[in-house]
Amino acid sequence: MSVLIFAELDEGKLKGSSKEAIYYGSKVAESLGTAATAIVIGQADSAELAAAGRFGAAKVLHAADSKLTEANGMAYASVVAAAAEQEGSTVVVLAKSSLGDAMAARLAGKLRAGLAANVVDLPNLSNGFRVKRSIYTGKAFAETELTADKKILAIKKNTITPEEKEATANVEAFSPALNDSDFVLKVTNTEKATGDVLLPEANLVVSAGRGLKGPENWGIVEDLAKALGAATACSKPVSDLDWRPHHEHVGQTGIKISPNLYIAAGISGAIQHLAGVNSSKVIVVINKDPEAPFFKSADYGIVGDVFDILPRLTKAVKAL
Amino acid sequence: MKILVCVTSVPDTTTKITFTDNNTRFNKAGVQFITGPYDDYALARAVELKEKLGGTVTVLNVGSADSDPVIRKCLAIGADDAIRVDAEPTDAFFVAEQIAAIAKQNSYDLILMGRESIDYNGGQVHGIVGELLGMPSISPVMQLDIDGSTAKLTREIEGGKQELEAQLPLILGCQEPIAEWKIPNMRGIMTARTKPLNVIPPAGNDTLTQVVGYELPPARGSVKMIPAEEAETLIRLLRTEAKVI
Ligand SMILES: Cc1cc2nc3c(=O)[nH]c(=O)nc-3n(C[C@H](O)[C@H](O)[C@H](O)COP(=O)(O)OP(=O)(O)OC[C@H]3O[C@@H](n4cnc5c(N)ncnc54)[C@H](O)[C@@H]3O)c2cc1C
Ligand SMILES: Cc1cc2nc3c(=O)[nH]c(=O)nc-3n(C[C@H](O)[C@H](O)[C@H](O)COP(=O)(O)OP(=O)(O)OC[C@H]3O[C@@H](n4cnc5c(N)ncnc54)[C@H](O)[C@@H]3O)c2cc1C
Repeated sequence: MSVLIFAELDEGKLKGSSKEAIYYGSKVAESLGTAATAIVIGQADSAELAAAGRFGAAKVLHAADSKLTEANGMAYASVVAAAAEQEGSTVVVLAKSSLGDAMAARLAGKLRAGLAANVVDLPNLSNGFRVKRSIYTGKAFAETELTADKKILAIKKNTITPEEKEATANVEAFSPALNDSDFVLKVTNTEKATGDVLLPEANLVVSAGRGLKGPENWGIVEDLAKALGAATACSKPVSDLDWRPHHEHVGQTGIKISPNLYIAAGISGAIQHLAGVNSSKVIVVINKDPEAPFFKSADYGIVGDVFDILPRLTKAVKAL
Repeated sequence: MKILVCVTSVPDTTTKITFTDNNTRFNKAGVQFITGPYDDYALARAVELKEKLGGTVTVLNVGSADSDPVIRKCLAIGADDAIRVDAEPTDAFFVAEQIAAIAKQNSYDLILMGRESIDYNGGQVHGIVGELLGMPSISPVMQLDIDGSTAKLTREIEGGKQELEAQLPLILGCQEPIAEWKIPNMRGIMTARTKPLNVIPPAGNDTLTQVVGYELPPARGSVKMIPAEEAETLIRLLRTEAKVI
């Protein structure tokens, strides 16, 4: 009856958020007196899979059917359900992500499992099975009791910091029967930025708003991001105006992030913007208007012109 | 084209969230309720598709009579009729079962939802309904066109987007820029008053989760301002004080 963790790959490597999920799952397993098993779907080499042991997985089930190469929430949910059945798992853990969301929702339907999304702490087992999840887009938390036998926990980025140990997981091939009905979507084109830090995965984020005046000025944002090894993000008007792609838009109607550092340049700090970024650990605001509302939600602030400040920060980072 | 649009009634995005009754109840006092912003995108695209291809748009909410103003607004924007399942929707699985029960009685070509509710941010109801109906679900969808019985759509993926083709019927979780939000006009508001809003009892009451209490996040400490002339010190502070780089 191990705790099962759905661990995602990005280009053959375990995603950082999934390493957090494995570690979180191993902690849950510890409190339940059982072991943690990770299920990994797609192509990855055996060393990468065994490395799940560093984060606390005793075993890795690897589903490598070539039909599963393309990320597919419906098919992945069927595979995870089969793994949960084989392992007798009643608790499934995953990292909140685009693919994870799609998989978890279908899995909840299949297993009639209670699904808590955006979990921000380890479960409290002293009185039933309770988790704390972030609600109202980061504006509050709800203590939630999972009353069903089966439970799915989708954890928010930065909920837990894995402590790595010297261990490798036992890797077992896993080949459940696949259902044709899970393969009815035809992908005709995929566009994905390569080589960049994925925004939902990033520990450091440099974000900019309408204060940048136009897409031609994003060089100074990208330079600072590159120097820091950070991902870039933007406000909603910036993606609405097509200055930046939609997948960089953070906030109430965009991506919700919780990195260690969020630097906001030329963003006023509207409540809908804050909703998506307020669980960042440290927030830096750079704005030429000392009255910009964002300063009230910041840890560090600089009143200044982004065109002057950003290049100087980049230089200072390079000099570290 | 028969389209079902599922909408939530949620606190306006500018709401300051507070709780009452020893942090066990959301404080509705003075709160303005709106259609979920993602649900608004779904509705706007549904109305556009109806105008282009003909057919009907039905709006569905699982909620109390408090949702009625939000439902009327959806009718004013262009939905033809509405169903409200009269129940307190405190659990996503419960909501999904209600939607699935209605979908089973009416064969919709498209079931459009928002990518996620902005109160509980679950992002799960579309997938659960898909599983209960044995129907594909796709989210978050940024573009949608219908060609005969084929849907051509674009969904967002991390760091990019993906174009897909699928056969109807489908369940989609929508987000921008699938359509522009619509504002009801005077004529819409007048006709909405006479459009049917059918209130029905819930089917079953399976819930798999239960909220036992709420909490507000701790306030952030006060901001440390750094003079523009000394901007470079920020980087040192991020390393030595905040320890994030
Ligand atoms: C339902 C709903 C959902 C929404 N969802 C989102 C969302 O998900 N994400 C989001 O971001 N917004 C969202 N919004 C929009 C939000 O209300 C704001 O309009 C938006 O965040 C403003 O973007 P901005 O800060 O880039 O632009 P502005 O508000 O125009 O701010 C630009 C800032 O740049 C500063 N500035 C200008 N020039 C310089 C310079 N040279 N140097 C330094 N600073 C400079 C200005 O002082 C100003 O503070 C939503 C709104 C609604 C109604
Ligand atoms: C204590 C409490 C009080 C609540 N009060 C209300 C209320 O007064 N009115 C209200 O409408 N909801 C209310 N909700 C329910 C909440 O809005 C959601 O409907 C439900 O909890 C599912 O949340 P989710 O974040 O998992 O949905 P998600 O999976 O994020 O929702 C995805 C999409 O599913 C559809 N959907 C979700 N919920 C509903 C619904 N209830 N009816 C129709 N379509 C839906 C929408 O298209 C939505 O965009 C309450 C929830 C709790 C816990």
